[in-house]
Amino acid sequence: MEMIATSGKPQIQGCSASRCGTNDDGLSGMPESVRKQVENHPCFSEKAHHHFARMHVAVAPACNIQCNYCNRKYDCSNESRPGVVSEVLTPDQAVRKVKAVAASIPQMTVLGIAGPGDPLANPERTFTTFSRLAAETPDIKLCVSTNGLRLPEFADEIAKYNIQHVTITINCLDPEIGAKIYPWIYWNNRRIRGVKAAKILLRNQLKGLEMLVERGVLVKVNSVMIPGVNDHHLKEVSRVVKEKGAFLHNVMPLIAEAEHGTFYGLTGQASPTGRELRELQDSCSDSMSMMRHCRQCRADAVGMLGEDRGQEFTLDKLESQEIDYPAAMLTRKKVHDGIMALLAAERSKSTATGSGSIKPPALTSRTPTPTPEGPSMLMGVASKGQNLVNQHFGHATEFLIYRIGPNSIEAVGPRKVDLYCGGANDCPEDDDEHNRLQGHLAALADCKAVLCAKIGFGPWQQLEQRGVAPSSEYAYEPIESALRAFYQELLSQGAPLKTRADLPLSNQVVA
Amino acid sequence: MALSITDRCVNCYACQDVCPSDAITQGSTQFHIDALACTECTGHYADPQCASICPVEQALLDGQGHEIHPQGSLTGIPPVLISAPLSMQATSNEQSPAAP
Repeated sequence: MEMIATSGKPQIQGCSASRCGTNDDGLSGMPESVRKQVENHPCFSEKAHHHFARMHVAVAPACNIQCNYCNRKYDCSNESRPGVVSEVLTPDQAVRKVKAVAASIPQMTVLGIAGPGDPLANPERTFTTFSRLAAETPDIKLCVSTNGLRLPEFADEIAKYNIQHVTITINCLDPEIGAKIYPWIYWNNRRIRGVKAAKILLRNQLKGLEMLVERGVLVKVNSVMIPGVNDHHLKEVSRVVKEKGAFLHNVMPLIAEAEHGTFYGLTGQASPTGRELRELQDSCSDSMSMMRHCRQCRADAVGMLGEDRGQEFTLDKLESQEIDYPAAMLTRKKVHDGIMALLAAERSKSTATGSGSIKPPALTSRTPTPTPEGPSMLMGVASKGQNLVNQHFGHATEFLIYRIGPNSIEAVGPRKVDLYCGGANDCPEDDDEHNRLQGHLAALADCKAVLCAKIGFGPWQQLEQRGVAPSSEYAYEPIESALRAFYQELLSQGAPLKTRADLPLSNQVVA
Repeated sequence: MALSITDRCVNCYACQDVCPSDAITQGSTQFHIDALACTECTGHYADPQCASICPVEQALLDGQGHEIHPQGSLTGIPPVLISAPLSMQATSNEQSPAAP
């Protein structure tokens, strides 16, 4: 375990002025009007993503820049990452699909256009889709993601269609760094390369950001963390985009595998580890709100974050469907109101305890009174959603990482892992078990504990050997109260206060 | 003279959007250039527009049938690295609308 809480930085231990636990979903410093705008947006609010769903429609295949982490050849139905889709839609097909999804997944509140190219490199298809949806599905929030090259040109158009949320990918401010990320852009009817290209792109990104902020559009900035290329620079990016009015910064890990055929994948560029990503996010978080629950969705994703139900809504299935949207809207409103009431209740409960943690009365008997001082530690959770500890360790494809302190619980973000167990016919044994577990152990390397609905004996042993305490005692309980209770349990055992002789000192949690 | 598109095309529409002569159409598996309509952008732009935006290497041929963007010229990936993993991609690309 690493030392997390020794410096006593305010953002880690208890409240600081701008953030306090997860229950504020990182929005506590924001005006009420902004909170209202994002409270049901799964990508902009950490709280909302447990309850609300989103979808992307792939109407924007063309792109006007090349990024070294992207391969335009790669279209696939079973890969989950940005820029990947299985079918490109016309605006008309997209509207049909949105209505069908909205009717069958009423908690879907947000429609985004995010590629598979750049939406603003496909202005006709993108804005035709938006204008029809603005008129025909008025209860759905519209969002767009862009590389920003043509943002200054379209800022007014975006404001016109009431697109309230825009995400700009800004990976650097320095054109020299930019030239290592973007080999070329298409600008003014020419292909432009190198530093000159990066200069134009970065200038337009920042100009576009300012123009959107002036027009009252909420802007999130995405940055891809590329070790050795822009990692040391992203803290500065965070500071500058915040200064220019971005309200959320989302630092995502580079995805680079040789089989993806990207420049970075084929040239062996390393991706950051979960710990490196967290450390960078932590170092940025005093300069602006950080988004930490991003799942790096496909450009045609459907469902809750981290979930993809796209296969239920393929074009052939949509053809025969006629949706009565006004009727669907009534059902949707009921569902939305129900979720909002639930969130409001959660919020007032956490305000009542004054600590940002939820502690249901049922748990108090086994929960010792929180001490005002204590260590902060990371814990992983296997969850299928609904904010519950409800997934078998072996079935997890990601762990949600939280930082728990004496008075706070903070979501640090999800970490992806390969499936450990694919069911009864795929039960790993001996060497295979050991190999498959390596990814899990790496993802949980800086964690003190992991909570899940169930866990096998093999993984349990290996986790314990690495100083990660597994527990299935909180199965199907709400994540935050489970974390709080297990934290207290570990403290009462004195576990994190002791050093372990079998681990290097740098891996210890010290109170 | 006219440019032409090979089966490396990934159907991204980028060339069709920027063609000043409306010479590009989508076929069942890839986009095509109408050789009679294509002017190579003479009189419109300094460079042919499809060749200025196409993101895929080996997808466009010039009037003489030569590749305009040989391997490595757009992505910077050394061709020696492309050759091995391309075979791996062959299976992954099965569902691609662009797969020949």
